[in-house]
Amino acid sequence: MKKPNDIILRAVTNVAVVIILTFAIYLFLAGHHNPGGGFIGGLAFAAALTLLFLTYDIDSIRANFPFDFKVLTAVGVLIAVFTGLGGILFDKPFLFQAFDYFNLPIFGKTELATAVLFDVGVALAVIGTAMVIIMTISEDR
Amino acid sequence: MTMLHIMILIPFVFAIFVPLLYKYFNKRLHSGWFVILIPIIIFVYLLQLIPKISSGATIYETIPWIPSFGINLDMYVDGLSLIFGLLITGIGALVILYSIYYLSKEKEALHNFYVYLLLFMGAMLGLVFSDNILVLYVFWELTSISSFLLIAYWYEREKSRYGAQKSMLITIFGGLAMLSGFIMLSMITDTYSIREMFAMSETIIAHDLFLPAMILILLGAFTKSAQFPFSIWLPDAMEAPTPISAYLHSATMVKAGIYLVARLTPIFGGTAEWFWIISIVGLITLLYGSFNAVKQIDLKGLLAYSTISQLGMIMSLLGIGSAALYFGYGNEAAVYAAAITAAIFHMINHSTFKGALFMVVGIVDHETGTRDIRRLGGLMTVMPITFTVALIGSFAMAGLPPFNGFLSKEMFFASVVKVTEMDVFNMETLGVLFPIIAWVASVFTFIYSMILVFKTFRGKYKPDRLEKKAHEAPIGMLISPIILASLVIVIFFFPNVIADLLLVPAVSAILPSLIEEGVLNIHISAWHGFSAELYMTIGVVVVGTIMYLLLKKWTKVYRLYPQNLTINALYNNSLETSQRIAASMTNKYMTGYTRDYLAYIFTFFVLLIGGTLIITNSITIDLTNDAPVNIFELAIMFSMLVAAFTILLAKSRLTAIISLGVLGYLVSLFFVIFRAPDLALTQLVVETVTTALFLLCFFHLPKFKEQTQKHKKGVPFKPLNLIISIAVGAVVTVFAFSANGTQIFEPIASYYEDSYELAGAKNIVNAILVDFRGIDTMLEIFVLCITALSVYTLIKLRFSRREK
Repeated sequence: MKKPNDIILRAVTNVAVVIILTFAIYLFLAGHHNPGGGFIGGLAFAAALTLLFLTYDIDSIRANFPFDFKVLTAVGVLIAVFTGLGGILFDKPFLFQAFDYFNLPIFGKTELATAVLFDVGVALAVIGTAMVIIMTISEDR
Repeated sequence: MTMLHIMILIPFVFAIFVPLLYKYFNKRLHSGWFVILIPIIIFVYLLQLIPKISSGATIYETIPWIPSFGINLDMYVDGLSLIFGLLITGIGALVILYSIYYLSKEKEALHNFYVYLLLFMGAMLGLVFSDNILVLYVFWELTSISSFLLIAYWYEREKSRYGAQKSMLITIFGGLAMLSGFIMLSMITDTYSIREMFAMSETIIAHDLFLPAMILILLGAFTKSAQFPFSIWLPDAMEAPTPISAYLHSATMVKAGIYLVARLTPIFGGTAEWFWIISIVGLITLLYGSFNAVKQIDLKGLLAYSTISQLGMIMSLLGIGSAALYFGYGNEAAVYAAAITAAIFHMINHSTFKGALFMVVGIVDHETGTRDIRRLGGLMTVMPITFTVALIGSFAMAGLPPFNGFLSKEMFFASVVKVTEMDVFNMETLGVLFPIIAWVASVFTFIYSMILVFKTFRGKYKPDRLEKKAHEAPIGMLISPIILASLVIVIFFFPNVIADLLLVPAVSAILPSLIEEGVLNIHISAWHGFSAELYMTIGVVVVGTIMYLLLKKWTKVYRLYPQNLTINALYNNSLETSQRIAASMTNKYMTGYTRDYLAYIFTFFVLLIGGTLIITNSITIDLTNDAPVNIFELAIMFSMLVAAFTILLAKSRLTAIISLGVLGYLVSLFFVIFRAPDLALTQLVVETVTTALFLLCFFHLPKFKEQTQKHKKGVPFKPLNLIISIAVGAVVTVFAFSANGTQIFEPIASYYEDSYELAGAKNIVNAILVDFRGIDTMLEIFVLCITALSVYTLIKLRFSRREK
C-alpha cells in the first residue's frame, strides 16, 4: 500500500482522540442523570479507537492497548451477569439495582448506584465487540 | 431445601467440580475415587429411609421451581421410587469402582466420563423421585442426553457416534411423545401431580383423550426400555464403555420405562387397553430379544439382546399384573398382584446378575482384547474368579437354582399360567399364547446363557487368536462383580427379607387399593411343590440343553430372514432418506447470498406484520391529533430523500456509503428536534463506527464498476426486490401510524417517569436501560458478544482451514 501523506490527519487525531476519550468517559459517568450511559460511552470510546486505527496502523494500536478485546467483551458480559446475581444474594430479584446517597470527602453528598457497575459491563462489552469486529475484519487480508 | 432435595441435586453440583479435581489430582489419584463418594452417600441416605418406607409411610418434600406454572420440585419417596433409588446409587457405586480399574487414568478423558455419569445419576434420581410429571419429563430427557454423551464417549469411533445418534433419535422421539401424553393428562386432570392423578383415575379413563394419552406415554416408556420395535437402539448403545453398558443400558436407564409403567399403573391399570398393549409388547420383546441373542457373536451384543428380552419379560409382568386393578379386591386380585411382585423382584434380580455379567464381559474384553465368541474359549483356567462370577450370573439369567433368577422366573411362569384362567378382556381368545411364548423365550434364554458362559470359558484355549496375553483381572476390577454375584445367591436364600423391606412397599405403591383390602401377602419360596411352573422350568432345561448341544445344526434359521427387511434396515434407510431430502430442501433456499436472505426476512416481515394488521383490522390512520410538521422537519425529510436516492443511483460504493452516513446523521437530527438526546448521541456514534466498518469491508468486496459493466445501466434491476422494498416501507409506515392511533392498553410510560424515586436516576432512558429493563440490556450485550465471537471465528477459522 502506498504510504499516504497524512500529517494533518495525524496531528488532528492526536488531539482529537484525547478529547473524544475524555468525552466518552464523561458520557459514561453522566449517564445516570444526563444523556449518556454505558452504551453511548462505550461506543464513543470505540469510535476514538477506530479513529486511531484509521490514522495509524494496527500494530501501534495493539502496542498501546495491549489487551485482548475478545476477553474484554467476555469480561463485560460477566460483570453484567454478576452484578445481576448480586441482587439474589440480598433476596431480591435478578438484576435488582440498588442506590443510596453517601457523604464522601471532596465530593460531598454523592449518589452511588449498583447500576453503574452494570453499566461498566455494558460499556466493556460494547467496546470489545466493536473492536473485535473491526480488528478481525481489517486483519483479514 | 430438604435432605431429599440435596441428595438429588448433589450429583449435579459435584459434576461441576469433577473437571477441577481431575486437573489437579489426576496424576496421583484416579478421579473415580472422588466420584464414588456421591453414590455411596446417597445410598446410605436411602438405606436409612427403608424402615420408614417399609412401615407404610411416604415422604413428600417440595421446593418451588416455576411456581407460576405449577412446576415445582415435588419429591416423593415411596416403595417403588426407593427401590429404584437404591438400584441407581448402589449399582452406581459398584460401577464407578469397577470403572476406576477399567478406564486408565493416563489415556482416558476421565473428567468427561464422570461428569456425564454424575449428570445421569442425578437425572435418574430426579426421574424416579419426581411427583410432578413435567419435572419428571425434564429429568427423563436429561437421562437420554447423558446416555447419548456416554455412548459417544469414544466419539472418534464412527460406530460410537452412530449408536449415540440412534439412541438419541429413538429415545427423544419417545420422550416427546410422552410429553404430549403428559400434557393431555394434565388437561384432563388439571394437575401435574401424579399422586393427585391417582385419585382421578376414573375421570381419566372415561375421558376422550384417555387412549391417545396412554399410547403416547407408553411410546415414551417403550422407547426408553427398548421394547420391540424400538429395541434396535440398545445393541448399538453397546459401543459405550462397559461400565456404562452395565449401569445405564442394563441396570438403570432402560428400566426408566418400567418405572413409568409401574408408576402410572394406578391411573391406567385395570383397563383392557393397558393390559393388552403392555403384555403383548412385553411378550413379543421377550421372544424377539432372546431369539436374537442366540445368534450374536459379540458378547456385549448378546447381553444387549438378553437385556431387551428381560425388559420385555418385566414389562409383560406389569401388563398382566395391572389386571389386579380390574378386580380391585379379593383373591382374584391377589393373584395378579403376584405378577407385579414378580416384575419388581425380577427387576432387582436382573440388575444384580446382568450387572455382574456385563462386568465379566468387560473384564474378558479388557484382559484378552476381544469380545468375539468365535475367538474366545478355554478361559476357565486362566480366569477362575471371572469364570465363577460368569457362571453364577448366567445360571441366574437362565433361571436355575440356587440363584435369584430361578425365583423370579418361577413367579413369571406362575403368572402367565394363571393369566390363561382369566375370563375378562377377551382373554379366552389369545390367552393361551401367553405361557407358550414365555416358555419358548425361556428356552432361548437358557441357550444364550449357556453360550455366554461355556463358549467363553470352556472349550479350547486359543491364545494365538487373542490380542493380549490373557490373565486374571486385578482384584479391584473383580470386587464389584463379586459383590453382585454374592447378592445373586444371597437373594435366593433370603428372598423374603427383600420382599418385606422393599417389595411390599413397592407393590403397595403400584396397587394402592389392594393394601386397604389387606389381600397383599407376599411370600417368596423356592420350593412350592410340583406345580406347572416347575415342570415348565424342567422343560426349559431339558429342551435348552438339547438345543444348545445341537446349536450348529439349527443356527441356519437365522440366515433365512432377509437382511433388508430388518427394523435396523428400515431405520437406516429412513435416516438416509430424510437426510437427503433435508439437504436438497436446504440447498434450494440457502443460496449463500445475503441479498437472498434479506429478501426472505423482509418478505416474512411484510407477510407477518402486514397480515396481522389486515386480519385484526387494526389499520387506523388518524392524523388529527398529530403535531403540525414544521419547516425544519420538512427540510430534513427532503435531504433524507435525496440521500436515499443517491444510494440507489450511486455509481461507486464510496458514494453509496457516504450517502448512507448522511441518512443516518439526518435521522439523529430528527432525534435532536424531538428532544431525545440519548438517542441522537447513540445514533451519531453508531453511524460513525459503522461507516468505518463499511470502509474496512471495502477491501474484500469485488469492484463495483466491474459488476456494473456487465449490465450497461448500472446494477441489474430486479422488480421483485422493488416490490419487497416498497412493501416493507408501506407496512412500516402504516404500522407506525396505526400504533400511534390505537391504544388498547394503558401506556406504561408513566411508570418510568418516577425513575428518580425508583432508580435514583434523572435520566429515564438510562434508568430503563440499566434498571427497569436490565435483562433486555444484558441479553443485548450477550448478542453483541456472540456477534463479535462469530465474526472472529468465521474469519480466523477460515484462515486456519485454508492453511491446512
